[in-house]
Amino acid sequence: MVSIQNLHKQFGALKVLNGLELDIMEKGIIAVLGPNGSGKTTLIKSLLGMVVPDKGEISIAGSNIRKRWNYRQEIDYLPQIANFPGNLKVQELITMIKDLRGKPAREKELIEYFRLQPFLDKKLNKLSGGTQQKVNLVLCFMFDSQLVILDEPTSGLDPVALLQLRNLLQEEKEKGKTILITSHIMNFVEEVADRIVFLLEGKIYFDGTVSEIKSSTGQPDFEHAIAKLLSEDHV
Amino acid sequence: MFKILKYSFFDLTRSSWSYVYFFFYLLLGSVLLFLNNDLSTAIITLMNVIIMIVPLIGTIFGVMYYYNSREFTQLLLAQPVRRSSIFLGQYFGVAISLSLSLILGLGIPFAAYGLFKSSAIWDFSMLLVTGLFLTLIFSALAFNIALSHENKIKGFGYAILLWLFLAVIYDGIFLLSLVYFQDYPLDKFSLAASMFNPIDLSRILILLKLDISALLSYTGAVFKQFFGTPVGTLASLGMLFLWVILPLFRLKRVVGKKDF
Repeated sequence: MVSIQNLHKQFGALKVLNGLELDIMEKGIIAVLGPNGSGKTTLIKSLLGMVVPDKGEISIAGSNIRKRWNYRQEIDYLPQIANFPGNLKVQELITMIKDLRGKPAREKELIEYFRLQPFLDKKLNKLSGGTQQKVNLVLCFMFDSQLVILDEPTSGLDPVALLQLRNLLQEEKEKGKTILITSHIMNFVEEVADRIVFLLEGKIYFDGTVSEIKSSTGQPDFEHAIAKLLSEDHV
Repeated sequence: MFKILKYSFFDLTRSSWSYVYFFFYLLLGSVLLFLNNDLSTAIITLMNVIIMIVPLIGTIFGVMYYYNSREFTQLLLAQPVRRSSIFLGQYFGVAISLSLSLILGLGIPFAAYGLFKSSAIWDFSMLLVTGLFLTLIFSALAFNIALSHENKIKGFGYAILLWLFLAVIYDGIFLLSLVYFQDYPLDKFSLAASMFNPIDLSRILILLKLDISALLSYTGAVFKQFFGTPVGTLASLGMLFLWVILPLFRLKRVVGKKDF
């Protein structure tokens, strides 16, 4: 599905990605973790073509993405900040994204799922952060693509919405999608992720399941295992 | 591109700033025409205003729109849309909505005044054409500046500086050099120097159209000789066109390589 080889990216003097190699062939939920500045967002943006890598190859569904744009038709992406043009109403934004994609969408089902009907006629700048994030989630999931990329999907969500998101992710996973997530909420990751990819200094430092992390660090608790991983021979 | 253009345009038609800008011209046009009762003075006064205000508004709006829609642009970048389409679409959205404010804001009072029956219609059209070019040019320059500066304050600063340079400082330097080198023949130099500044170029185009170049004495005669001919008019319109096209080319190139 996704294959990344020898990916390098530097912003000024700062090396963000340093020869990263990653293959994602399986279905399921893959969490990309790492401390701040480890290159998570840069990795995701490289996949989407928003960041142009200095070196290295990325292929999605078998073809190289360099200088191409239509491969994004097959990716659903949830950006980190749900900051939309304030002048638009929720319904207008949804219609617009649908129009841009030119694909059938299942927004009604998702609007119902997140109980967004009362907000459809509201302008986006009048919504709370959590509601904006729900709109963001609807926009992301409505196209039913095989590859889904979520950057901090939990931000701003209340416990009820968080539970809804968790159930939605479970359903999507069962449909056989590949879902890439970054998050700082460790117990959320622990519950949903099938595979953990841990980034450090622009490289993959650990790649395995939650239980593998726990056993390799000798920590029974996921959060502590991650902390242990960080403190081992770094810092 | 047209989809993005459509949405940027509709987004802007709902912004109160477009209306403020529109009413500003409406008021200006009406006051000048109906309290002045002389079409040609009204056009000259309008010219002086347009030549300063249109570039300024184009610059500020361009920079502001770019920075305000940054997160939205991120959302679009993740969609299956070509990068250049996103930015060109946004640019034309801004430029077209500003142009509409200008055309409607000035056109309505002029039409009400009975312009279509008067011979001043060509002077007025020249005013609008240069106004449109200045809008296109300065919003394109503003987009370029904003694109090259992540820092909002810096971007705004450079954009205003650019406006100040082309609207005021350039003329100052031009004038000083004319005084300083007054012993040399300066016709060619002044022709060339005014060709390279879109604001000066617009001013000359309108002045010559108004047939008051006699006021400009000897230089005026030289200008008239060049800009007054069809070749001169075409050359200057071509130059204004280049001022639109070149920044757009740069925009396209920069956008292709930029990280978001």
